[in-house]
Amino acid sequence: MEHLVFHPLGFVAAFFLLKSSSEQTLSPAVLIASLYVFVLAAFLGYQVISRVPPLLHTPLMSATNAISGISLIGSLVIAGSHYDHHQMLASILGCAAVTSAMINVTGGFLITDRMLKMFRKKETVKPEEKK
Amino acid sequence: MSYAQYFIEATYLIASCLFILGLKGLSHPDTARRGMIYAAAGMAAAVFGTLFHPDIHNYIYIAIGLILGSAIGIPMAMVPMTAMPQRTALSHAFGALAASMVGIAEYVIHGASLGGAKSGALGLEVMLGSLTVTGSLIAAAKLQEMMRGTPIMFKGQQVVNLGLFVTMVGSYMAWLVNPATAVFFYVMVTCAFIFGILLVIPIGAADMPVVMSLLNSYAGLSSAATGFVLGNNVLIIAGTLDGFSGFILSILMCRAMNRSMTNVLFGGFGAPLTAETTVTGSMREVTVDDVAVQLAYANQVVFVPGYGMATAQAQHAVRELGNLLEERGVSVKYAIHPVAGRMPGHMNVLLAEANVPYSSLYEMEQINPEMPTTDVAVVIGANDVVNPDARDNPKSLIAGMPIIEVDRAKAVVVLKRGKGKGFSGLENPLFFKPVTGMLYGDAKSSITNLTQAIQKV
Repeated sequence: MEHLVFHPLGFVAAFFLLKSSSEQTLSPAVLIASLYVFVLAAFLGYQVISRVPPLLHTPLMSATNAISGISLIGSLVIAGSHYDHHQMLASILGCAAVTSAMINVTGGFLITDRMLKMFRKKETVKPEEKK
Repeated sequence: MSYAQYFIEATYLIASCLFILGLKGLSHPDTARRGMIYAAAGMAAAVFGTLFHPDIHNYIYIAIGLILGSAIGIPMAMVPMTAMPQRTALSHAFGALAASMVGIAEYVIHGASLGGAKSGALGLEVMLGSLTVTGSLIAAAKLQEMMRGTPIMFKGQQVVNLGLFVTMVGSYMAWLVNPATAVFFYVMVTCAFIFGILLVIPIGAADMPVVMSLLNSYAGLSSAATGFVLGNNVLIIAGTLDGFSGFILSILMCRAMNRSMTNVLFGGFGAPLTAETTVTGSMREVTVDDVAVQLAYANQVVFVPGYGMATAQAQHAVRELGNLLEERGVSVKYAIHPVAGRMPGHMNVLLAEANVPYSSLYEMEQINPEMPTTDVAVVIGANDVVNPDARDNPKSLIAGMPIIEVDRAKAVVVLKRGKGKGFSGLENPLFFKPVTGMLYGDAKSSITNLTQAIQKV
């Protein structure tokens, strides 16, 4: 099944799949489950995001940016794991990934909140002016 | 699975739900802040859970990354609101960088043992990630005016782009067939980095809202592909939500310009143009005192801000003028075109920053029917979004683009820096109409002068 999805070069690839079936490979069942998650998340995303008014499009962009900083969790595992080969390179790449993702997580959530704080209804603006 | 892994998966499931609730909150300004608190809590839960991952033995690099990331991220959240577009472009670059670093690291560690499906996803992740990194950096440089905002074109650009794209996809395919041959992988990565640059340099600054949304989408999809590689559902969900949000926004932006995605990406809009716009009449210059009287005795005034308001940092001055008019009993509204500014929602954020209540901000479709009953429409540094040619002249380059129909108002005042053409280089017949008065000068000082003049009326 996997080569149907990702391999236009079917048979050649299947050869390598058979050759390299270690625990690192993605089993067909997991791949299918992942595709289900992807497609359902896409539908849900479409439903949820098309309800966001143009008023909030900039906060939406920074919020989704912050949320996709979740790649932080993948980076954490790479930065903290022990490997038999390429330990140094993997740790440095992992550390760089943790840094970039963390920039988006902290920066993204803080600036989104800062922006959203500014959107006020009329009633809440007026009393402040009198102060 | 060990207990630790069950615990970690539970935090991921919680995080996924909280992210969705968070984005759902954004459907209304009143619930948006609470939604973001949910999303941030979800993030904290997922990160906390991951720290117990059985593979993690060494916390030094993690600590360095987290501290360094916060040290850069927190100041990046403090930028002025006028710098939002370039800040957002930079964060697309960081998001994509994280995804492509994870991808490259996975390949360095596991090499050919990844297997077909994982390699497929990993290749997509690294390709999308790498081209988003350089593309976003170029976009940020253009928005920060570190490089010129006009399209950069050269002879044979399309051929070079196509050649590069074919090489990139070709080496991706070749690498999938020969996963042990690392050279294919690194050729693919290099091509992706260069392709990102070439993709964004021919795009003019006025088309940035589309490009920003598209890069947002790529960064998200790259994270989703990371989820496939790591077999991690929360990554797939969060990445897909980000990817689709960017995709929807780019479609909305294209629709608001009546252009196709291919036209934006490959059209090189804003380059020296050949299409002619015939304008008759002459521009009528008006003085601050004339406009002050007009505004002071109006029933309804509509402000139409554009990128010029952002560059002049005039949003606070505009709001003071608006308040003064409201105190005099004038009904004041703000009309926002979807592509005004350099990113989706740019003008809304600037006016909100200046304390304009969101109930006074009107979308194009809401305000257009009110135009004929509007006494004065004040255009502040906007050009194409109020260009009547888009509606009247089928030969215009922006024909069919929906506009804010200020020319239907009883009077129009255009605040403009000088007599030159706008950013896109298009002639705007609005400026030559009899109802239009031109008030030249820096937008901020013009508005401040107007406020002072009205106080004397």
